[in-house]
Amino acid sequence: MSLVADHDSTTQDPTSAGRDLELRAVTKSYGAFTAVRSLDLVVPQGSFFALLGPSGCGKTTTLRMVAGLDTPTAGTISLGDREITYDKPYKRPVNTVFQNYALFPHLDISENVAFGLKRRGVKETKKAVAEMLALVELESQGSKKPYQLSGGQQQRVALARALINNPEVLLLDEPLGALDLKLRRGMQIELKRIQTEVGLTFVHVTHDQEEAMTMADTVAVMNAGVIEQMGAPSELYDNPATTFVANFLGQSNLLAGDILGPDGDVVKVSVQGTTVSIPIERCHSEGGKGWVGVRPEKVMIAEVGGEIDAPGNRFEGGVVTDVSFVGVSTQYLVRMPWGQELMVFEQNTGRRPILAVGTPVDLSWRPEYAFLLDASQDAKAGVEDGDD
Amino acid sequence: MARTRRRARFTGYWLMLPSALWLALFFLVPFYSLIAMSLYDPEGSSLTGYDMTWHFANYVDVVQAYWRPLLRSFWYAALATLGCLLLGYVLAYAIAFKAGRWKNLMLVLVIAPFFTSFLIRTLSWKLILADDGWIVNTLQAVGILGPDGRLLATSFAVVMGLTYNFLPFMVLPLFASLDKIDHRLIEAAGDLYASPARGFFKVTLPLSMPGVVAGTLLTFIPAAGDYINSELLGSPNQRMIGNVIQNLFTNQGDYAAAGALSMTLMIIITIGVVLYIRRAGTEDLV
Repeated sequence: MSLVADHDSTTQDPTSAGRDLELRAVTKSYGAFTAVRSLDLVVPQGSFFALLGPSGCGKTTTLRMVAGLDTPTAGTISLGDREITYDKPYKRPVNTVFQNYALFPHLDISENVAFGLKRRGVKETKKAVAEMLALVELESQGSKKPYQLSGGQQQRVALARALINNPEVLLLDEPLGALDLKLRRGMQIELKRIQTEVGLTFVHVTHDQEEAMTMADTVAVMNAGVIEQMGAPSELYDNPATTFVANFLGQSNLLAGDILGPDGDVVKVSVQGTTVSIPIERCHSEGGKGWVGVRPEKVMIAEVGGEIDAPGNRFEGGVVTDVSFVGVSTQYLVRMPWGQELMVFEQNTGRRPILAVGTPVDLSWRPEYAFLLDASQDAKAGVEDGDD
Repeated sequence: MARTRRRARFTGYWLMLPSALWLALFFLVPFYSLIAMSLYDPEGSSLTGYDMTWHFANYVDVVQAYWRPLLRSFWYAALATLGCLLLGYVLAYAIAFKAGRWKNLMLVLVIAPFFTSFLIRTLSWKLILADDGWIVNTLQAVGILGPDGRLLATSFAVVMGLTYNFLPFMVLPLFASLDKIDHRLIEAAGDLYASPARGFFKVTLPLSMPGVVAGTLLTFIPAAGDYINSELLGSPNQRMIGNVIQNLFTNQGDYAAAGALSMTLMIIITIGVVLYIRRAGTEDLV
């Protein structure tokens, strides 16, 4: 399987083409344990690329191999035409924003930011440092020591310290992991702004699916050392190819079904006696049995016999077993006659009152939003992993 | 409520009391008598008794009489400290960064010499370096030492003994400092274009300065006042100030000169330490 990210080329300088980061059949083993398994990956120059996965999936190992902090057991890494697989970290045009920032405690902020330039023999660093501190909005903090800054400020210093070197690829290892939720949301927007402004290739490692989707042009979902699926965030979300992606990226209802076969540009599947259609481009299973997937917010709910604004078939006989009110929406759990509980997220538009626990309901969805996955995959894959 | 709070406020002082009493008894009292002794009338002897006459001239007299061994002590201590720093840094670095699961074992080995007495260990060096010992014989055979050349009773032997005896005092604080350094900082230096050598001088070494300062102080101060190494491994030509004080006190009964010399040594070291710590400016690092 060749995984090449589609990238919006309109924002890119045409002359700079060919400086893509390319990993070919990269494998990293520690004894019997294989952290990364024959990974093929192309990150187009100038893109914001996210490697998303649960802890231990191999994403940080991949990043460290690109930085030169770990050496692959097999395979090659190149930047444009230049192979860098075995280059020392201090000899590659790649810089890293480390997970806990790794700011030098004995140097002040300006000295931290100037570190890379000084090591490359640049004598006059004042102006570049001032510009970089302005970019991350820390102009007045230059003479402070790292411990005098807040977590969010330290994060920006780490970013400035890497960016000042104008690397071909900037690696970010869970850069927002240590920040609290509110600050993290602010920094996501900030990081995206800076990436657009400097136009460098950013490779961002995270286990936070919302963070990956907010910032990245392209997301690669990693699990157990391999890339499960890669694409634009909306594409991955709407059309997941595996149960892991369906569960790790957001939440999914997966219903067991028997595949009846193609019918024009849809595939017919029998689910608990009801026939549903799934667009052919969203089918990731050949035949036999399959998982019919539908996102909770795509499921529509109504009291028994009530009107549902969907042309698909109705699933009748459901009972509301749990109601969580979360402000903008209400999350229902509905027990179906065959015993499975389905998730339904409904916008609180005020069109009708919130349904109470025990209410008998019907469910439906628009056929174009369903997807079909291979029945051999674990329906629970990626469910627990996404929690942290 | 108010009572418990007041009791809590005094808890710290109660905890300090035993060590304060101990120090008062075994440091302040002898220290007072040392100062008094250094100001005795130099005419006194064990036969006629001693008078405290605020005789400050003792200090001038002892510095004039013994400036050579005094200077030599600082010179030997400086050489031994430098030797300990070079050997100790490499050792501490290896234990902190490269020893892996052998770390604890290596630390035990560093302090293993303390299981034997300082005196016994120095005496055995006397045997090892002896004129008819195998080391001297070998060095003579290969021509590094002349036919009459010797190791014992040389400055080399004294400095080597000091270096050997005080090495653990250098290694332990250095190890503590180096072991605390976050490895990611060294990775970050590499990521920011510092070769391993430059990364060491720009990141590892500055971050280990508290250990360097503590280690050099713990080595230099006792080495400057040491007399065992000079006594056992040197000759009268390698006399250090500790030997002079010991001789003045125990053999000649010249308490006034012994006291004044001890005080002089202490004053010089105290001033030196204060200047050194200020210069090293490590308060930022700890």
